[in-house]
Amino acid sequence: METFSFYAFAVLVLGGAILTITRRSAVHSAISLIVSLVGVAGLYLLQQAEFLFAVQIVLYIGGIMVLFLFVIMLVNLDEAAKERQFNGQWLIALICATVVGLQVAWFMTKGAGALKLAQVPVAAAQTGAPVSPGNVEAIADVLFSEYLLPFEVASVLLLVAVVGSVVMAKKRI
Amino acid sequence: MDFFLLSLVKAGVVAAVLLTTLAYLQWVERKVIAHIQLRMGPSRVGPHGLLQPLADVIKLITKEDLIPPHVNKFLYLLAPFLAMTMALISISIIPFGGEIEVFGTKTWMQLTDLNIGVLFILAASSMGVYGIALAGWASNNKYALLGGLRSSAQMISYELPMSLAIAAPLLLLNTLSLREIVQMQSGYAFGIVPRWSVFQGPFPQVISFFVFLIAGFAETNRIPFDLPEAENELVAGFHTEYSSMKFAAFFMAEYANMITIAAMTTILFLGGWHPIFPAAYGADFVAPLIFAIAAGVCFYHGLHPARRFDRITLPVFGFVFAAMAAAFLIPALHDALIPLFWFAAKTGFLLFVFIWIRGTLPRFRYDQLMNFAWKFLFPVALINLLVTGLMVALF
Amino acid sequence: MSVDDAIRFLPELILILAATLIMVCDPLTSTHRKSTLAVLAFVALLAALAATAYSSTDPGKAFFGMIVVDGFATFFRAIVIVVGLLTVLSSNRFLEREGANSGEFYALLLFSISGQSMMAASNELIILFIGLEISSIASYVMAGFLRDDSRANESALKYFLLGSFASAFLLYGIALVYGVTGATNLSDIGSRMQPDSLLGGVAAALMFVGFGFKISGAPFQMWAPDVYQGAPTPVTAFLSAGPKAAAFAVFVRVFTVAFGNIGDRWEPLIWISALLSMTIGNFAALGQTNVKRMLAYSSIAHAGYVLVAITARSESGVAAVMFYLGAYALMNVGAFTVVGHISRKGERYLRVEDLSGLGVRQPLTAAMFSIFLLSFIGVPLTAGFFGKFYIFKAALQSDLIWLTVLGLLNSAVAAYYYLRVLVVMYMQEPGEAVNEVEPLSPALRLSLICSAAGTLILGIFPSGALHFAVKSAVLK
Repeated sequence: METFSFYAFAVLVLGGAILTITRRSAVHSAISLIVSLVGVAGLYLLQQAEFLFAVQIVLYIGGIMVLFLFVIMLVNLDEAAKERQFNGQWLIALICATVVGLQVAWFMTKGAGALKLAQVPVAAAQTGAPVSPGNVEAIADVLFSEYLLPFEVASVLLLVAVVGSVVMAKKRI
Repeated sequence: MDFFLLSLVKAGVVAAVLLTTLAYLQWVERKVIAHIQLRMGPSRVGPHGLLQPLADVIKLITKEDLIPPHVNKFLYLLAPFLAMTMALISISIIPFGGEIEVFGTKTWMQLTDLNIGVLFILAASSMGVYGIALAGWASNNKYALLGGLRSSAQMISYELPMSLAIAAPLLLLNTLSLREIVQMQSGYAFGIVPRWSVFQGPFPQVISFFVFLIAGFAETNRIPFDLPEAENELVAGFHTEYSSMKFAAFFMAEYANMITIAAMTTILFLGGWHPIFPAAYGADFVAPLIFAIAAGVCFYHGLHPARRFDRITLPVFGFVFAAMAAAFLIPALHDALIPLFWFAAKTGFLLFVFIWIRGTLPRFRYDQLMNFAWKFLFPVALINLLVTGLMVALF
Repeated sequence: MSVDDAIRFLPELILILAATLIMVCDPLTSTHRKSTLAVLAFVALLAALAATAYSSTDPGKAFFGMIVVDGFATFFRAIVIVVGLLTVLSSNRFLEREGANSGEFYALLLFSISGQSMMAASNELIILFIGLEISSIASYVMAGFLRDDSRANESALKYFLLGSFASAFLLYGIALVYGVTGATNLSDIGSRMQPDSLLGGVAAALMFVGFGFKISGAPFQMWAPDVYQGAPTPVTAFLSAGPKAAAFAVFVRVFTVAFGNIGDRWEPLIWISALLSMTIGNFAALGQTNVKRMLAYSSIAHAGYVLVAITARSESGVAAVMFYLGAYALMNVGAFTVVGHISRKGERYLRVEDLSGLGVRQPLTAAMFSIFLLSFIGVPLTAGFFGKFYIFKAALQSDLIWLTVLGLLNSAVAAYYYLRVLVVMYMQEPGEAVNEVEPLSPALRLSLICSAAGTLILGIFPSGALHFAVKSAVLK
C-alpha cells in the first residue's frame, strides 16, 4: 500500500512538473504545478510529516499558487504565448540535459557502495525513548532551538524581498 | 464492531445529515430574510414551504445541463467538483460530541480525529478557492473572470487575519487536534463561567473570535463580502456560465463552507459541545425545555390557526417537538443528544448570524474590502496574537 | 541565545537594525536631505566594522554551530564592510546626480552587506544559503535601482533570472549533500563525507555551479559584462567586490571544510574553470571600447586568478585567496569609482577615449586611476603584485606548473588593455568629456584616497595582512 502510494505521488510530482514546462498556456502550467505540489504534499504525508503536509498545502497551494494564478489571469498571457518562443536552442539543451542525465545515471550505477545515503541517527529508536511527540512538536523543538538563527534570518530575507519588489515596482517611491 | 463498518456507518449518517442540513439551511435563510423584510418567504410547497428544498433540487436536476462552446472543458467541469469536494471534506474531522456507546461499541461523535486538525481545515479551505478561481477562468467570460479574480484576491487577503485569529486561541489550548481543543475547554471557572476560549484567561479571545468570524464571512463569499458574485455588477460572477447541477454544486459549496466556519468557530472559541453553564445548575434540562416550549407554541397556534392548514400541521409539529423533548430525557439517549444539542445550538446560532447579517448589511466596495483586510483586520489580529503570546508566556 | 552568541553575530545585527532604521527614517527626511541617511549608513558600517574587530577577540562558534567567528570570517567580514563604506562614499554623489538618492538604496546596501557578512561567517549550509539570498536579492534590486534607465533594467533582469537559476543549482547541491551525509553543518559534512562518495562529487559539482555564478567564474560568467555595464557604476563597484568576496569566502570554506575529503574529484573542475575564466576574461577585455565593460571582463579574469589559488588546495592557497581578494576589492572599487565620476549624468561618457587627457585636467584622479590599473596588472609596489605573487607561489607549491604558466601568460595579455587606458589618459589631448568633468566631491576624494592608499600599503608592506591571512587560513 505504501509503495503503491509512493509511486502514485511520484507520478503526480513528475507528471505535474513535466506538464508545467511543456504546456503553452500559462494557466495550464500553473495548474500542473499545483498537481505537482499536491504530489509533494502526499510524499510528506507518507513520511509521516503531517505538519509539512499541511503547511505545503496551506502555503504553496493555497497561498503562493493562488497568487500565481491571480497574476496570470490578470495579465492575460495568451498574447505572449503566441509570440516567438526563445527556445530555438532546444537541440543543444536536449544534448546537454542528456549528457548530464547519463552522467548522473552513471554515477548512480557505478556501484552500490558509492551511493551511500545518510545514516540517519536513530538514537531515539535504539534507546527505546518514549513515544515520539507529534511531528508538529518535533519541528517546533528543532526550529526554535538549533535552527533558531536561520528561522529568524529568513524573515530578513523576506523583508529584503518585499522592499526590493516595492522599490522595483512602485511608480513613486 | 469492525472499524471499517463503523466508519462507513458514521460517514453515511454524517453525510445524510449534512446534505439535508445544506438543503434546509437555504430554506431557513429564505425564511429569515423574508421575515427581516416583513415578507412570508417560501410558503407554497408543503406546509410553510418546508418542501421547497425538494422542489429546488428537482428543478436543478431536471434543468438542461449546458456546456457553453467557448469554455475550457476540462477545467470548466473540474471547478464545481473541486469547490464541492473541498467544502465537504472539512466536515470529516469536526467533532460533534463526546464519546458515546452505541450497542456496546464505544465511539466518538466525529468521523476521524487528526493531530493537525486545524491545519487540515485551513488547507481544505485554501484549496476551495481554486474551485471559484478556475470556474471564473475556464468560463471564458469577462464577468466570470472578474468574479474569479476578486475571489482569489479576497481569499488570500482574508486568509492571513483568519490564520492569525486561529493561532491566538491555539496558544491557550496548546493542541491542533479538534477533539482535544474541545476537551481543553471543558470545566468552569468560579464554578459558573465556562472555560471557552472566548472567556478563558489569561487573555480572553474575544478579539480573535470576531476577527475569525469576519474573515469567515469573507472566506465564504457571504454578504457583505460577496463581491465575486455581486449580481448588480458582474451578472452572477464566477458562476455566470454554470447551470443545472454544476451551479447547484457551487451553491452547496457555499453553504457547506458556512457550516464549516460556524462549526470551527464553535469548536475554537465557544467550547464545542460543552454546555454554557454546568450541569449542576440544570444545563441538561435546557434542551428538553426549549423543545417543550416549541411544542407548546405549536399546539397553541394549532388551536388558534391563522390559516386553514395550520389546524393540521402545527399540532403535528407540536407532537414532533414534544417527542424530541422526551427523547432528551431518556437516559440511554441522554449522553449522545445533550452534547449534540449544544453543538448544534451554537453552530445554528452562528449560521443565523450569517443570515442575519445578509439581511441587514450592504456590500463592501472593493477598495474598502482590501483596506479593511490589510489595514484593520490584519494588524488587529497580529496585535491580539502578540498580546496573547505575551500573556501566555507571563502567566 | 547567549551573550556570546549575540556578540559573534553583532556585525550582522547592527547592519540589519540600521537598514530597518534607515527605512523608517526615509519618509521623514525631505528629498534634499537624503545624504543624512548616507551618513547613517556610513556610521552603521563603521560600527559593524568595530563589532567585527571586537567579536574577533573571542573566536568560536555561535548558535549551535551555525555561525563561526574565526580569522577567516573576520577577514572577509572586514572586506565586505570596507567595500560597503567605499560604496556609500561614492554612491551618494552619484545618486544625487541621477536624481535617485533615497533611503531604500542605503537600506538595501546594508541588507546586502549583512547577507555577505553572514556568508563569510556561516558554518552551515542553510545559513549560508539564506545569507547568499539576502545578499543577492538586495543586489538585484540595486542593479536596477535607476528604474527609468533601460540598461539598468536589462541588467537587473538578467542578474535576477540567471542568479535565481544559479541559486537553484546551489540548493540542489545542498539537498544532495544532506542526502549523502545527513548534515548541513560544514564540519559534520566534512567528517561524514566518504572519500569515494560519488553523489558527494555530484553535489560538489552542483554547488560549484551556484558559486561559480556568484563569483562570475567561467563558464558561468556570461551575465557579468551585461550586468556590470548596465548597473549604476557605484553598484557595479559594489557587485564586483562585495558579493564576489563573500561568495569566494563560502566557496573556499565549503570546498575545504566540507568537501576536503573528495578534493581529487573537484580539483579538475576548478582547474578548468580557472583557466577558462582567465583566458575568456582577458581576451574578451582586449577588444572592449567601453571602460565599464572592459573592467567587467577583467573582473572575470581576476576571478580566474583566485580560482588558481583555490585549485592549489593548500593553506597557503587559502591565504593567497584572502590576500588577493582584499587587494582586489580595494582596487576594483576604486577603479569603478573613477569611472562613475567621469561618466557624468546618465552615464554618457564611458568609452576609453572619453578618458583622454584626464591626466592634464584632473591629475589626482588620473594618478589614482593609474594606481588601480597598475595594481590590476600586477606591477610591483602595488597590492596586485603581491596578490598574484602569492597565488602563483601557492600554485607552484602544489605542483600546478601548467596552470601557473598559463596564468602568467594571461597576466601579460592583460597588461595590454590596462596600459591602453593609461596611454589614453596621459598621452592624448583632453577631449570634450574630460573638459567638462566636475571636481571630485569630498566624499569621492576620501573614497578614492582610501582605496588607493590601501592598494599601495598592501603593495609596499604586505606582511601584516599576509601574516593575518596565513594565520587564519587554517579552516576546520
